Amino acid sequence: MANSKIALRGVTKIFGPRPDEVLAQLQAGASKDDLQADTGHVIGLNNVDLNVAEGELHVVMGLSGSGKSTLIRHVNRLIDPTAGTIEVNGRDVLQMDMDELRQFRRTEIAMVFQKFGLLPHRSVIDNVAYGLEIRGVEKTERLKTAEEWIAKVGLEGYEASRPHQLSGGQQQRVGLARALAMDVDILLMDEAFSALDPLIRSGMQDELLALQKDLNKTILFITHDFDEALKIGDQVTVLQDGAVIQSGRPEEVVLNPANPHVEEFVADVNRARAIHVQTIMEVGDFERCASAVEVGACCEDVLPLFAEHDWVGVNAEDGKQIGRLTVKQVIKALARHS
Amino acid sequence: MFPEIFETRPIRLWLDNGLEWIVIHWGDQFEAAAMPLLWLLNSIEAGLLAIPWWLIIAFFTGLAYLATRRWPLPTVVLVSLIFLGVMELWEDAIKTMALMIAATITAIVVSLPIGIAMARSEILRRVVTPILDLMQTMPSFVYLIPTVMIFGPGKIPALLATIIYAAPPLVRLTDLGIRQVASNVLEAAQAFGASPRQRLFGVQIPLALPTILAGINQTTMMALAMVVIASMIGAGGLGYQVLQGIGRLEVSRGILAGLGIVVLAIIFDRITQAFGKQLQAQIGVTGERS
Repeated sequence: MANSKIALRGVTKIFGPRPDEVLAQLQAGASKDDLQADTGHVIGLNNVDLNVAEGELHVVMGLSGSGKSTLIRHVNRLIDPTAGTIEVNGRDVLQMDMDELRQFRRTEIAMVFQKFGLLPHRSVIDNVAYGLEIRGVEKTERLKTAEEWIAKVGLEGYEASRPHQLSGGQQQRVGLARALAMDVDILLMDEAFSALDPLIRSGMQDELLALQKDLNKTILFITHDFDEALKIGDQVTVLQDGAVIQSGRPEEVVLNPANPHVEEFVADVNRARAIHVQTIMEVGDFERCASAVEVGACCEDVLPLFAEHDWVGVNAEDGKQIGRLTVKQVIKALARHS
Repeated sequence: MFPEIFETRPIRLWLDNGLEWIVIHWGDQFEAAAMPLLWLLNSIEAGLLAIPWWLIIAFFTGLAYLATRRWPLPTVVLVSLIFLGVMELWEDAIKTMALMIAATITAIVVSLPIGIAMARSEILRRVVTPILDLMQTMPSFVYLIPTVMIFGPGKIPALLATIIYAAPPLVRLTDLGIRQVASNVLEAAQAFGASPRQRLFGVQIPLALPTILAGINQTTMMALAMVVIASMIGAGGLGYQVLQGIGRLEVSRGILAGLGIVVLAIIFDRITQAFGKQLQAQIGVTGERS
C-alpha cells in the first residue's frame, strides 16, 4: 500500500532460548500448543501482517496473552522479531542500528502506555517535556510546547504537581500529552485507557477522537475491549494466540465474525449502537420520508422514530435523502447471529 | 579427630611468606597508593577542628531542621552535641566523625559504580556478591593484621578496615535500588529514544536515590561500629578513649566515650533517614499509583 505508515509482513516472535530452531518447526506446520509443550518456547506472534494507513486509527484487539502488547512493541522495536519485516514511514525498522533506532524513536514515533510510565520524580510539565528533552530540544522551547499540550489535555494548574498526586485519568492525560508534544505522525497506544474507570475511560476516548479530528495522526491502538474498538476504531484487527484472525471495519467484524472466538468477543457488544443505518438501509431514490436521520447514525438513534413512522429516511450530509429503513430491516440486523 | 590427609604447613608458610614478600617489595607502593586516603582523612579532620564548635552545632541543628521541618530532631541534635562538648569529648568526637566521613565518602565513590555495574550485569553480580558476603562476615581482625603489616599502624589501615567493613551495604543497596526501578518507566524512557546514559542518569539513579541513601545511612552506622577496632591500630578519637577505659579499668571513661559514639550515631542516622523519607515522599512511595 502506497500510503501505508506502518506495515508488518509475516512478523513472528518466539520467546525462548533457541527461537530459530522453533521457527523452523513452526513454519513446518507444528501447532503453537505442541511447540510450547515440547520445546518450552512461547509463540508470541505468528506470521502477523498488519497495515495501518496514514491518518487511520487502527485498533488491535485480543484477550490477554493474544500477543497484542508484543505486537505494538515491534513497531518501535522495543522487541525484535524472530522473523518478518517491519516498515514504518517507509523505512525498514529492522535495518536500523542503535543510533538510527534511537533517532527514529526520538523524531518519528511516540507511545502511550497502559501503566502510564511517567517519571515519578519529575513534575507534570517535565514529564510532558521528557520526549523533547531526550530529542535535545532547548529548555525554554520544550517547556513552552509542554505547557501548550498540558492545556490541550485539560491539566492547567497541575504543571508543578508530581504524577503520584494525580488521579489515574489525569496521569494518563500526562502520558498522552507527553506523546502528543513530540509532534510526530505516528502514535502507539498500548491499552492506554484500560487502567481507567469506565466513565473516565469513555471521556478519554471522546477526547482522543476530538484531538484526532484536528491532528489526523496515524494511531495504532491496543485494547481488549470491543466497545472501545467500535467507538474509536477506523479499522480493527483481531488477534488470537498471536495470529490475526480477522481484520476490517469494526462493524463488519460485528456483523460477520470470522470464527467462534470473535463471535464470543462481539456477543456482548451493544449492536444497536455498533451497527450504522448506512450498512442496512435500502439504497435508492425514494419518496421523501416524514422523518429522517443523518447518514452517520446508528440503529439506536433510529429506533425511537419508528414509534411514529413506518419509514425513516437516511439523509446525506447535504440533506439529500439517499435511502430508507423499515423497522423490519433494523430488527433483522439487530437479531442476526444472536 | 579428622584424619590428616596431607601436610598443610606448606600452605600456611606459603601464605605467610607471600605476604612478607609483598610487604618487602610492594610496601612503599601500597603506601603511596593510599596517600590520597590519608590526605582526605587529614583534611577533613583538620577542617572540622578548625571550625568553631558553635558553628558545627549550628550546622547540624540546622541540617536536622531542614531534614524534618519539625523541632524534635534538631533539639535532640543540639542537646547531644552540647553533651559531647561538656564532657570534654569534643575533639575526640570530631576525629571519629572525620574517620567516619572519610570512610563514607570513599565508600560512596567506590560502591556506587560497582553497584550500578552489578545492576546491569548478572555475571558481575554473581562474582561480586560472594566477595561482599566475605567482606561482611570475615572478622575484621583477620584483615587488620595484613593491612597493618603493609601500611604500618596508623590511620591508613584503620581507614581501610573501616571502608572494607562499611562499603558492602552501599554496594548492595545501590544494586537493589537500580534493579527495583519500575520496568514500565524504563520502557517508556526507551520508547522515547533515551540512550543508556540518559536512562541511567535521568531515570535509574534518581529513582534509586532513596534506596541509595538508605545504603549511605547503613555505611555511616557500620563505620561508627568500627571505630573502637580502628583505634586499636592507630585511629584516635572516641574509640581510643573506649580502649583506654578498658585498659585502665576506668569504667567512666569507657562509658562516656561509648555514649559519645552513640550520640554521633543518632545524629547521623536520624538526619540521613529523614532526608531519605523526604525524597521518598517526593517520588511517591511506590513510584506509581495503581
